[in-house]
Amino acid sequence: MTDIDTLAPASHLKRLEAESIHILREVAAEFANPVMLYSIGKDSSVLLHLLQKAFYPAPPPIPLLHVDTTWKFREMIAFRDRRARETGCRLIVHINQDGVAQGIGPFSHGATVHTDVMKTQALKQALDKYKFDAAIGGARRDEEKSRAKERVFSFRNAQHRWDPKSQRPELWDLYNARIHKGESVRAFPISNWTELDIWLYIYRENIEVPSLYLAAERPVVEREGALIMVDDERMPLLPGEVPQMRKVRFRTLGCYPLTGAIESEADTLPAVIQEMLVARTSERQGRVIDHDPSASMEKKKQEGYF
Amino acid sequence: MNRIDAGAAIDAYLQQHETKSLLRFITCGSVDDGKSTLLGRLLYDTKLLFDDQLAALEGDSRRHGTQNGELDFALLVDGLSAEREQGITIDVAYRFFSTDRRKFIVADCPGHEQYTRNMATGASTAELAVVLVDARKGLLTQTRRHTWICALLGIRHVLLAVNKMDLVEYAEEVFRPIESAYRELAGQMGIGQVTAIPLSALRGENISCRSSRMDWYEGPSLLEHLETVQIVRPSSDLGFRMPVQWVCRPDQGFRGYAGQVAAGALSRGDEVVVLPAGVRSRVARIVTADGDLDCARVGDAVTLTLDDERDISRGDIIAATAQPPQVADQFAANLLWMGESPLLPGRPYWLKIGTRTVTAQVTEIKHKVDVNTQEKQAAKRLLLNEVAYCNISLDQPIAFEPYEHCHELGGFILIDRQSFATIGAGTLAFALRRADNIHWQHLDVDRAARAAIKGQTPACLWFTGLSGSGKSTIANLVEKRLHAMGYHTYMLDGDNVRHGLNRDLGFTDEDRVENIRRVAEVARLMTDAGLIVLVSFISPFRSERRMARALFDAGEFREVFVDTPLEICERRDAKGLYAKARAGDIKNFTGIDSPYEPPEAPELHLQTTTASADAMAQRVVESLLD
Repeated sequence: MTDIDTLAPASHLKRLEAESIHILREVAAEFANPVMLYSIGKDSSVLLHLLQKAFYPAPPPIPLLHVDTTWKFREMIAFRDRRARETGCRLIVHINQDGVAQGIGPFSHGATVHTDVMKTQALKQALDKYKFDAAIGGARRDEEKSRAKERVFSFRNAQHRWDPKSQRPELWDLYNARIHKGESVRAFPISNWTELDIWLYIYRENIEVPSLYLAAERPVVEREGALIMVDDERMPLLPGEVPQMRKVRFRTLGCYPLTGAIESEADTLPAVIQEMLVARTSERQGRVIDHDPSASMEKKKQEGYF
Repeated sequence: MNRIDAGAAIDAYLQQHETKSLLRFITCGSVDDGKSTLLGRLLYDTKLLFDDQLAALEGDSRRHGTQNGELDFALLVDGLSAEREQGITIDVAYRFFSTDRRKFIVADCPGHEQYTRNMATGASTAELAVVLVDARKGLLTQTRRHTWICALLGIRHVLLAVNKMDLVEYAEEVFRPIESAYRELAGQMGIGQVTAIPLSALRGENISCRSSRMDWYEGPSLLEHLETVQIVRPSSDLGFRMPVQWVCRPDQGFRGYAGQVAAGALSRGDEVVVLPAGVRSRVARIVTADGDLDCARVGDAVTLTLDDERDISRGDIIAATAQPPQVADQFAANLLWMGESPLLPGRPYWLKIGTRTVTAQVTEIKHKVDVNTQEKQAAKRLLLNEVAYCNISLDQPIAFEPYEHCHELGGFILIDRQSFATIGAGTLAFALRRADNIHWQHLDVDRAARAAIKGQTPACLWFTGLSGSGKSTIANLVEKRLHAMGYHTYMLDGDNVRHGLNRDLGFTDEDRVENIRRVAEVARLMTDAGLIVLVSFISPFRSERRMARALFDAGEFREVFVDTPLEICERRDAKGLYAKARAGDIKNFTGIDSPYEPPEAPELHLQTTTASADAMAQRVVESLLD
């Protein structure tokens, strides 16, 4: 019998890392055709790092899937391709071609339609096309209320739907990976990490993240209180609207027209962490899509969103 | 602040962050005890709410709130829209916060009996439980149930939060009797560590700092206690144990066994034993992506290589040779049933423990325990949210530890083999017999020898179908033909066996399962003896037919589906049974008030409306001799 304070079997981050590695290995061992959703942001960068550690010295037995909405920051795409090359991971990129054919985009169709068609539907298409039975994602329970309720192994029916009212019980670290043909599991290895844990781990492990997280002079316009970066010529400017160079950075990365920047002087990782320690808003605040109705994440998840 | 300063500051912060201990706790209590309010208050008081979350809360409070537009903290933690509409907690929500002294993961658990499985999910990973009681109501049935479930899952520390003290004028006379009653209750259930705190979640009294309204109380505030309570964890004096999760083989030169250390510590060069096989070896390397380690400790995720090549796979346990865990295949266990359909003794389920999945049956329910009163009752089945003490038998031995010594090697889940749902969770108490005491009698005359002397390949023809479908008619014709051709056969018929071997069984679901189990075992012994066995049983449930199939070698078991529509069976009604069932004189009659689950992939599917019994018997014989 030992007290937890004196036992301290490992540091906090080491313990989180071990838990995530355990989950990743369970996915690899129990599913026939798993994939890891790679969305290029900080959480994905941590996931990719953990994936490499979990199977070391073997290369990760799980490929990466990026669902490309075609509206990501240009830097993200360059970063993605480089990281896949450097890590030797197999990268699958899926774009909803139906959506492209219909010309779906955030400016023409709005955030909700764009996200549904180019992200949620695209994800479902990709999972069906490659017949993945498990998809690993970087969602964390501290991000949002419905995620706080989700299991580590989150069961999805053949239509990819999440049923929050009858989740499988999940005791200890015993994950039930049994599914019928067509059904799938979304697995969340970093469920128990907080945003602060993610940044400290990135710092400690020296994990590379897109420089969009660091403050720099960038061309932005202000819309409905959000600072939107003009990342390419597809962004229609309103009459009289002129992009201004401001020193900004991003707390999360998504489609550039839907991701608000914050003004910041933090151009190094330690400075970003310091800024976050005194932050008064949560990271998802910058996400336009989350501000629909208050329960929108839950609804989107039921429809198959991550 | 310049760059170098920021870097140094973060290094210092990282150091502090890294050395904080983590406490995982749950909050539980009945519906109106103010559990969610307490949690919301805790997050608010520790300044862990962001401005945008507060703004959303203000909006939600106006729309759904119950505090006349004031901040309703309950809305902060009830995450699902159904929960907010109904004002109840359905599933467990995890929240994260930290203070200067500790980090916390809190699982906010539902209190309704129907969501017990979700409470168990939250409690399984917790070290402490905050049990809420409404000061005006005192201990309720739910208090008892929640405390007991905590005890069942091995939580040794309880913080009794006597809430809503503001509504009883902060009176000590209200608090003390509740405290002493609870101490007695917790003591009975084996929870030794109880701290009782009078508080008001709504008013913030005794939450993050001590209340000035209750001078008579000299103990810590809620947060102070959470920050300082000394948690005792089991398993620290066990030897090294690690379930193998994954065999890592990047190339011919490397073969490593990856896993997370469940107990004890291990150094390079230590001698280990691999269980259940009992193979011994020595640790060559403890590999991680950050370099080899000299020593691995509880909780570490590592990859071990051994001195010599061994046949080790996922599910095996690598343990210290000096102090190995026991190996057994029969256990006494506590079991919480979480399935929509009842637990039936004898029915096979998958059991997952550590990284191993085996087939298990509950062989006997010793007694079930009323979750509200802890009264022991006799039971033949378990329903949703019922708990029992029972005997469990596995189809193969496993290495384990009693749950009280090690949760990782003593906690298990049961998975339904058809729906794949998680339908049970249990804790191993002790082994009923050690597997290393069982030795199969070695016989020189084996099944191959017995079959050879008869000049035939043994088989089990399993005829399934509704009563009156023609199973026995066809099976009889098949047996006559085989006999005429010189084959050694035996027929097991439902009616005949029920007069003898299974005379003690009725027609409830449990008895039907046991009926089939016995018949399947007898059929297996007969094929062992070299016979071709014809089994003619309604055998309505897929899972039992699957259980029977699993007893035989591949190709030996042939399921013959005698498919006759219910209307035709009922019209024939040779024994007059359907008429009686329709009249209500026979209960649980298959096809009438008890289901028949048709085979999904039978070896033979006989549609009796399309051919004569003779022709179909011929098909069976041909398929067998093919």
